[in-house]
Amino acid sequence: MGLVESGKMPKPLTKLLNLSRKYSVWAYQWGLACCAIEMGAAFASPRYDVMRLGVIPFPASPRQADLVVISGTVTDKIVPAIRRLYEQMPDPKYVISMGSCANCGGPYWDSYSVTKGVDQIIPVDVYVPGCPPRPEALLEGIVLLQERIQNEDMPTRWRGENRGEPIVVG
Amino acid sequence: MTGTLTEAQQLAYANAQAADGRVNVDLETDEGMTLNMGPQHPATHGTLRVIAKLDGEQVVSADVMCGYMHRGYEKLCEVRSYPQINTLVNRIDWLGSFANEVPFILAAEQLMGVEAPPRAMWIRTLFFELSRIANLSLFIGDLALQLGAQTPAFYAFRDREFVLNQIESVTGGRFHPNFDRIGGLKDDLPKGWIADTKAAMSRLRAYCDEMEDLVYGNEIFQTRTRGIGIIPAGVAQSYGLSGANLRGSGVDWDLRRDANIGLAYDQLDWKVWTHPDGDSFSRSWVRLQEVREATKMVDQLCDGMPAGPIMAKVPRIIKVPEGEAYVVTENPLGQMGYYLVSKGDTGPFRVKIRTASFNNISVVPWVLRGVYVPDIIAILASLYFILGDIDK
Ligand code: SF4
Repeated sequence: MGLVESGKMPKPLTKLLNLSRKYSVWAYQWGLACCAIEMGAAFASPRYDVMRLGVIPFPASPRQADLVVISGTVTDKIVPAIRRLYEQMPDPKYVISMGSCANCGGPYWDSYSVTKGVDQIIPVDVYVPGCPPRPEALLEGIVLLQERIQNEDMPTRWRGENRGEPIVVG
Repeated sequence: MTGTLTEAQQLAYANAQAADGRVNVDLETDEGMTLNMGPQHPATHGTLRVIAKLDGEQVVSADVMCGYMHRGYEKLCEVRSYPQINTLVNRIDWLGSFANEVPFILAAEQLMGVEAPPRAMWIRTLFFELSRIANLSLFIGDLALQLGAQTPAFYAFRDREFVLNQIESVTGGRFHPNFDRIGGLKDDLPKGWIADTKAAMSRLRAYCDEMEDLVYGNEIFQTRTRGIGIIPAGVAQSYGLSGANLRGSGVDWDLRRDANIGLAYDQLDWKVWTHPDGDSFSRSWVRLQEVREATKMVDQLCDGMPAGPIMAKVPRIIKVPEGEAYVVTENPLGQMGYYLVSKGDTGPFRVKIRTASFNNISVVPWVLRGVYVPDIIAILASLYFILGDIDK
């Protein structure tokens, strides 16, 4: 950690570390509604098979996860749990918001109980639009996130600065 | 699309919500300890919280906290027009979406005095059964997953894709079709679809056989489900259970056969499956048989499809005359009904949605009393609920 935080890492070492982080993303599934089924199809079905991208979708707890996929409707009642989950994850952490509901409220944009976008609570790295997005769209989001991880400057990310503009799939 | 709140505001908001939703749970009491499950669990697609008071390994009392997925359907229906509501109600039971549209559309048709042509009714029935297959075939994999077996879940996702493909090639949506219209359907079936569907159905039957061997015939599965979570017929009826949960308790009650709502079920040769035991195994077994029965029904529906138009004459702008209607159907999860009150506008005045899962989980405190901790999951999985269906 000391070397990374000091910001004096040799370039090749950064590249190597980024490469290994990119292909060992532990993704925590936070399935909330319909989109969770498409996430399940992307993560657990032989047809889409996310593991070939180097993503391991079964961490036992958020404390072991690098990436959380928030898929589905975020309601005001579940918000504290999401915030807590995010705070439990170790840095550097990434968030994918999957589906219109998690992005902005979706079909429930005028509902009294739905939070209009998970980005009000936690910072989001990748938005995957759709209602529900196809599993391919989620995989695309993951690939784009991996590209970003590859080109990242580790010290700034570690310190939580410079998250960069969020990626929007599609 | 970045957040507009500052970090401090975000935290304040989250804390206020947490304080709002907090329930006083005494973690250590004199009688024993309290076990909190949920609201989130990686094996579920949705958020339900169960609080169980334990005495050693046994549950003394259990409570269900729902509402984590409440999206306010009934209120939203009051500000949407009829075609818009169709899109909305799709998402109540998200595994068998088309089945949610049918009772709503039928209720609106009843009020308007419109009757869909026979071909539309047959295609509706066909898609109703397809969504049943899409829903319940995943249940089998999900049940096995919650009991600790991962392979059946992969199989379920693999074979479910065949049904989704068929739905998608007609409606354009993998599982939110939004295909039903007042007076008929959006489109006719494409060419060659019938043959493809029949191939998919034989594939699904093979899946059922495989699962019957792999899961239901498995000794571990049987020990974990047989004789556990028994709900006698009387209790099931008094709690308002429906669907396979009721039929798994030996009550021969199926709205597809018993309610006369115009769908093509009375012209098919099929059977209502029941099981007398009332335990976790029998509920799951009934669902497996229902998937198989549904594939046979789809075959018959494909063969006997009448020709003709798929849309009746309806005005361009839909206004439903004043009145009230209540239509119930037998959805994949059980009885689902819409009570529709119209005041003659383009949108309803009030919609009351009766969903199956909400009643189905009301029995949880009763059935969990006295069971052992590892069985909680098995019983909850066999009761089979969908969170959108509980919380609406
Ligand atoms: S975006 Fe659509 S599919 Fe996804 S959770 Fe929301 S309503 Fe369901």
